[in-house]
Amino acid sequence: MSRLLATGLASAIIASLVVATAAWASCPKATLADIEDEVMCPVCGVPLGLAEAPQAERERAFIRGMIDRCRSKQEIKRALAAELGPSVLALPEDEGFNVAAYLVPALAILAASLGLALGLVTRQRERRRSGSDHPALGDTPPLDPADLARVDAELESRKR
Amino acid sequence: MSRRASAALAVIALLAALLALLGYGVMSNQPDRAVDDALAAGERQPAPSLTLPTLRGDGSGSLSDYHGEVVVLNYWASWCEPCREESPLLQRWHRRIAPRGGTVLGIDTRDVTSDAEAFIREFGLTYPVLRDRDGRTQSKFGVVGYPETIVLDRRGRIAALRRGPVDEEFLRRTVPPLLEERS
Repeated sequence: MSRLLATGLASAIIASLVVATAAWASCPKATLADIEDEVMCPVCGVPLGLAEAPQAERERAFIRGMIDRCRSKQEIKRALAAELGPSVLALPEDEGFNVAAYLVPALAILAASLGLALGLVTRQRERRRSGSDHPALGDTPPLDPADLARVDAELESRKR
Repeated sequence: MSRRASAALAVIALLAALLALLGYGVMSNQPDRAVDDALAAGERQPAPSLTLPTLRGDGSGSLSDYHGEVVVLNYWASWCEPCREESPLLQRWHRRIAPRGGTVLGIDTRDVTSDAEAFIREFGLTYPVLRDRDGRTQSKFGVVGYPETIVLDRRGRIAALRRGPVDEEFLRRTVPPLLEERS
């Protein structure tokens, strides 16, 4: 009877260990350090990782509480935004209208690169067309007749 | 116009635009002192409209709900140490003025809900509390820190202001005369 009881007890302990291990393995491994540099301390206006204000401490406690409850990084960030507003996120969400925050700089860089490339190609073509690296004579404005006469006189005087 | 002149003009225009943007950023971050100036001039400005969810999230509340009452509007947060010090005083004054047509109205801001609820339990606050999660209403009153308290008369006008924790003397000086006024 006692052997039966001991076997049952051991089976129960093993079963509970297996369940606990499985639960731990399925728990997302979010860390405070990983989240701290992606969220802001709204009152301090700096990333949470750099903030020492009392609000920052409460924010950290909130994050720790959610980590303990096995929440993923995304879930924690969403919960923080729900509690403190979207300005708590150091980086905007990459969905909906907020995608513009990532798309606009990328498009601006692309447009600038294209403009630069186009400018270089145009300049190269102009050089080839003129056959020289020097600017074309037609680009320089014609001399004023009075200036021309003055330069001629100057040259004449030097010849003497 | 030559190409060089056009390029220089474009660079100057870009720099001017950046400077204007910087100026706008600096100016827009300056606290609004219109309410302070009006009070200093002896004027009572109408309070801006304000509608916010309740702390419990079971509805919303508005300043217009309290029209005809003297409202002691208090911006606070559970992590704010001076707010802890003034809360018992505000609760006492709420009990004192409620039968005479007055109320304290708390605005919990930039706070975790559970922390704010624990704060309310700890100090036994019975006055209504609204929740401004990201502090978007505080610019209407020029609030820049916590706590700050704005006292409204029965006609919904700003009659007094305290930037920092209130004390017995401030409340005694401002609230009872307003309770005597008619709406």
